[in-house]
Amino acid sequence: MLFRYLFILLILLPIKVFALIEVDITRGNLNPLPVAVSPLAIDKNSKDNFKKILKKENLGSEISKIVENNLKQSGLFNPLDKDAFLQEPDIANLKPRFEDWNLIKAQALVTGKVTFVDEKLRVEFRLWDVLAGKEMMALAFTTVPSNWRRVGHIITDKVYERLTGEKGYFDTRIIYISEKGPKTNRIKRLAIMDQDGFNNKFLTLGNELVLTPRFSPTNQMVTYLSYFRNLPRVYLLDIETGMQEVVGDFPGMTFAPRFSPDGKKIIMSFAKDGNSDIYTMNLENRIVERISNHPSIDTSPSYSPDGKYITFNSDRSGYQQIYVMKNNGKNVKRISFGSGLYGTPVWSPRGDLIAFTKLHKGKFYIGVMRTDGTGERLLTENFYQEAPSWSPNGRVLIFYRETKTNAKGEGFSAKLWSIDLTGYNEKMVETETDASDPSWSSLLSN
Amino acid sequence: MNRNVIISFGFHTLLVIITAMSLPFLAKKPINLPPIISVELIQITDKTNIPFAPKAKKIIEKVKEKEKKLVSEQAPPKKIKKQKPDAVPLPDEKIEKIKKIKDEKQNPEKVESEIKQISEFEKKELFDTNSIAALIDKSKIESAKTNKKLDKVTQDQNKKMDSVGLTLSEEDALKAQIFGCWSIPLGLPFNEDLLVRIKLQLKPDGSIIKTEILDHARMNRPGQAFYKVLAESALRAIKLCQPLRVPSTGYERWKDMQLNFDAREMLEG
Repeated sequence: MLFRYLFILLILLPIKVFALIEVDITRGNLNPLPVAVSPLAIDKNSKDNFKKILKKENLGSEISKIVENNLKQSGLFNPLDKDAFLQEPDIANLKPRFEDWNLIKAQALVTGKVTFVDEKLRVEFRLWDVLAGKEMMALAFTTVPSNWRRVGHIITDKVYERLTGEKGYFDTRIIYISEKGPKTNRIKRLAIMDQDGFNNKFLTLGNELVLTPRFSPTNQMVTYLSYFRNLPRVYLLDIETGMQEVVGDFPGMTFAPRFSPDGKKIIMSFAKDGNSDIYTMNLENRIVERISNHPSIDTSPSYSPDGKYITFNSDRSGYQQIYVMKNNGKNVKRISFGSGLYGTPVWSPRGDLIAFTKLHKGKFYIGVMRTDGTGERLLTENFYQEAPSWSPNGRVLIFYRETKTNAKGEGFSAKLWSIDLTGYNEKMVETETDASDPSWSSLLSN
Repeated sequence: MNRNVIISFGFHTLLVIITAMSLPFLAKKPINLPPIISVELIQITDKTNIPFAPKAKKIIEKVKEKEKKLVSEQAPPKKIKKQKPDAVPLPDEKIEKIKKIKDEKQNPEKVESEIKQISEFEKKELFDTNSIAALIDKSKIESAKTNKKLDKVTQDQNKKMDSVGLTLSEEDALKAQIFGCWSIPLGLPFNEDLLVRIKLQLKPDGSIIKTEILDHARMNRPGQAFYKVLAESALRAIKLCQPLRVPSTGYERWKDMQLNFDAREMLEG
């Protein structure tokens, strides 16, 4: 009986339970992350050797400048002023004093060193989490000294990937049409450059009009439209050897070429008797296959990253709109329903979005929409702009923009611009000449 | 028969004794607690925590500095907390506040104007030491009464807060602080699960003792590199923000806390 009473008393005893307090953090700031890029340390011997070979006073500083510039251009990082750095590069590389870097509000720190080993350039670099006081990444690689700019891009890619969770896009190239001369008599040449505008090279002489160059997935081949002997046809160019060939033997005009994701096919438009349809040509056996068959203008085809679908634009509804179909031409679905005309659809390398050019009320827009046509977002608006091309990570778009001419027909220019998916980080890409029709390569190093 | 009556009587007596001994004892326990609770708690709920927190922090820091001079650094934090109501120079403030309240109630301006107009004879009476002492005593009694009243309120509130968690203003203050510190990595895929739960162990001043990512295993899963990036950004935010804006009282209820960092809203929007 006593035990029963005691048991009841025990049950009645107030037991205090402290529930764990939970606080939901659903907002943050979208400010660029403050990053300190310390100049890469370099010993005197290596410095002298690189000075002889590359004519660069301090290669460590030069490489760190490339990293810094890339990070800044991405819009996601805020590289801090080097004058504020308290620690010397050689010591920072060994053991950073996190208090010093914390003091200048750096949240991440890049350190490293450059050495001249066996006629080669060896680079070691580390990424540090300043607030946690720990190393996030350490890598080293060796290459020929002439690749020093690529070294900077590769470091940026690795830093970018580690801090954002997605692949970088800095060790890439852009192929484009270099333009020169008055608007009525433009000389257009095929040109290639690094994504930051350096190492520009011309691939054609400018004797014939060239348009819409596109990289192959391996970046070795380029397909483009050339008006050789005034006959517009799709060509294939091997960048390394310089060899060119016509794609297919079509009895008419072929245009808007693009590689399939596996690089085995070229998809393009073929126009005959006022009708234009989409065709593919297998590069291994040269078999041509008709994909679309409609008495309207079907053009600008682009494969999905898995190669199962194709997006293209067509005026089959009366106005130029974007469509998606299976890679065999079946199940054609219209996906753009907004007001205005839609063109140049390009499937994102991520597979989630389609970029396009839109013409509405006399203005041109570059925008993106989901692959089912929902979630249309217009990123930028201008007098004339078109031909978006995705960065390999699907975060940035490059396109070209033309300016208005004055009453005398002067003042015309065409420049390359880039914008990220947020629509905020819009920047002009520096080129030696006027430029149009850009196409972004995939990452050169994986 | 008698035996059963005796046993029954014995058990009932025992029950009465246990009840008499234990229930008042249990009831007394929270009554002993009030001195620990600061009056400042009322101000938090009445005014919002955001402007208040820095003030409270300054006071705590001042107290700590004083104690650091006297006691070793290893002095247990609980002692600091217990001494806080005595060590914090609140009495003067309280008296001032009480005077203000008192003045407001009695319309002091009118009284002062009357005093100014009184005769020299009457003034002498005002300076009578006995009456001043009486006034002081009275004010002491009144202040004590006021304190008791305030203490009673805080005790009730504290009881509620023990079960409820942080008040809205306290939570808002903490959120506002962390919002400013958290740089969301913009490269994250917005169609993935972007929730990182971090358990914190805090010091009374809001600085971090320990952080623990609750879904730590996910960081090393293939295809979840973005989760690692997100978790690291959340940890950076916590470190950047510390000491966190926590309430100046009720350490026991918030010494362990969980922050749920959710980037979906920002990245989708």
